[in-house]
Amino acid sequence: MALFEAQGLHMRFGDRVVLEDITLDFPEGQLSGIMGPNGAGKTTCFNVLTGRYRPTRGRVVFDGQDITGLPPRTIARKGVSRSFQLMNLFNDFTAEENVLVALPEMRERGFDVIGNAMGDRILRLRAEEVLERVGLGGKGGELAKNLSYGDRRALEIGVALAARPRVLFLDEPTSGLGTDAIVRLAQLIARLKGELTIVAIEHDMEFLFGLADSIAVIHWGQVIRRGTPAELRTNPWVQNSNLGRLK
Amino acid sequence: MTVDQLRSWITPPMLVSFAIFGTLPFWIREVGLYPYLGVEVLIFCIYALGYNVLLGYGGLPSFGHGAYFGIGAYAFGIAQLNVVSNLWLCLLAGILAAMLFGAVVALFISHRRGIYFALMTIAFGQMAFFIASKWTSVTKGEDGLLNIARLPVDFGFVSYPIQRNGDFYWFVFACFVVTVIVLWRVVHSPFGKVVQAIKQNEARTAFLGYNVVLYKGLVFALSCAVAGFAGALFAMAQGGAFVQVMNLQWSGVVVLMVLIGGGFVSFWGPVLGVVLYFIARDLLGAYTETWQLWFGLLFMLVVMYKPEGLAGIWQGIVHRKQRPRTSATVHLLAMLKAR
Repeated sequence: MALFEAQGLHMRFGDRVVLEDITLDFPEGQLSGIMGPNGAGKTTCFNVLTGRYRPTRGRVVFDGQDITGLPPRTIARKGVSRSFQLMNLFNDFTAEENVLVALPEMRERGFDVIGNAMGDRILRLRAEEVLERVGLGGKGGELAKNLSYGDRRALEIGVALAARPRVLFLDEPTSGLGTDAIVRLAQLIARLKGELTIVAIEHDMEFLFGLADSIAVIHWGQVIRRGTPAELRTNPWVQNSNLGRLK
Repeated sequence: MTVDQLRSWITPPMLVSFAIFGTLPFWIREVGLYPYLGVEVLIFCIYALGYNVLLGYGGLPSFGHGAYFGIGAYAFGIAQLNVVSNLWLCLLAGILAAMLFGAVVALFISHRRGIYFALMTIAFGQMAFFIASKWTSVTKGEDGLLNIARLPVDFGFVSYPIQRNGDFYWFVFACFVVTVIVLWRVVHSPFGKVVQAIKQNEARTAFLGYNVVLYKGLVFALSCAVAGFAGALFAMAQGGAFVQVMNLQWSGVVVLMVLIGGGFVSFWGPVLGVVLYFIARDLLGAYTETWQLWFGLLFMLVVMYKPEGLAGIWQGIVHRKQRPRTSATVHLLAMLKAR
């Protein structure tokens, strides 16, 4: 059964139709991929699903609840977390602080004006666990802005994971990464698979085909193909697309 | 309370500032200044520290903060002259009036950011200034609300008069100590951390489940409350509440103090900025009437060459001293030593 669904989503900005009748479902515990060329509407789709934009028409359903048009903070509190294509970290915070702020316990204590934000050892241990999980163990004290590009990508996922989501949206997680960093990221996502439901937009077809359980192809704001990696691998459109060659 | 817990409340820089201001009445005449200057400096330190929670930690530029300073002064005076002659209740009136007005303004501006947020603060600040100027039956307009007394510090079982500048200084110093400790805790609390997160990345903070608009509103109201507190003290210091402190120029002065001092990089930046401002006013002012021109030029230089302000310069010096010597430096020193 699908944990997260998009039902007939339409999105237009003025006269421009960006999404047209997008219907997708993301089964619990699986990694679902979304691919498509630049400007296809993938990130807009993510923004609608996670509450940044309210769709012109259609519904977004999470765990049986209609969450269409709810603000991002409400959707996040229901257990939906996301990373961003352009990195969206708290640059003047350390890696540990980035993760701490994302912890649900910190969110619950957000109106505490007297306590010490960095004084709770249990929360700091949790933050350290998250950093270990994304391969940033021992780097908690470094400012986010001083981390390498690959480490910043890992931290971006760490921040999303710290919120302990049920659904994790990853927007082009390999963007700008070198080969080694992509391999490390693939290993991390493979470890997360099964623990939570993951939806990933990705340009790197090898990366996505190696990890995803199912993939939807979006073009011109519409879903033009859906299937398992094996099904899409033989699809002539995908074979001939300019999304990158599959080996 | 463990040592760690104590250090999260009281820090070495805090003790240094308390020591400097706590001994000020004993040495200020020796350096050619006068005790009342200490009163002004401490009141503006309170004002600037509260403002910096908004600007330095929240990244929210308010250019109309003089309004809340003035509202605090008027509320203190009106409460004292018309309602109750009790220091604590009148101070509370000043704080609450500024905070409530700030909370109402926050309803309109908290969902804005950047230049739109700043422009709205100017608009509301100017509205408050013109209302105070024209509502003469309450504020006495340009003449100001006069005869505001320095009410005794009454603890019920003992009461201290603070009419004399020397006595009043100790009361303001106590207010400064309390403000510093409270604001230090606030900026290092979970609330303070969220406010800093919003400053760095509002969208990301919202996607982590925080109600960004509410946090911005709360930090704005808190900053207004502190401005109101400072305004109430200023009304006592001057023996009246005057509309001039609410105008755009005076609202700009606190921004100047915070930026020159280095509020963006240090909790103590505003204190440095206030001290520099008053020293410039009194020392430069003794030589030339155009001291504000020179202070303005200094502000321009700071913005152009050292936007981190005085605190940034200080941090740079400390950082350079702490930087480990490179192997080349160590080698060079060894060579010189050998000679």
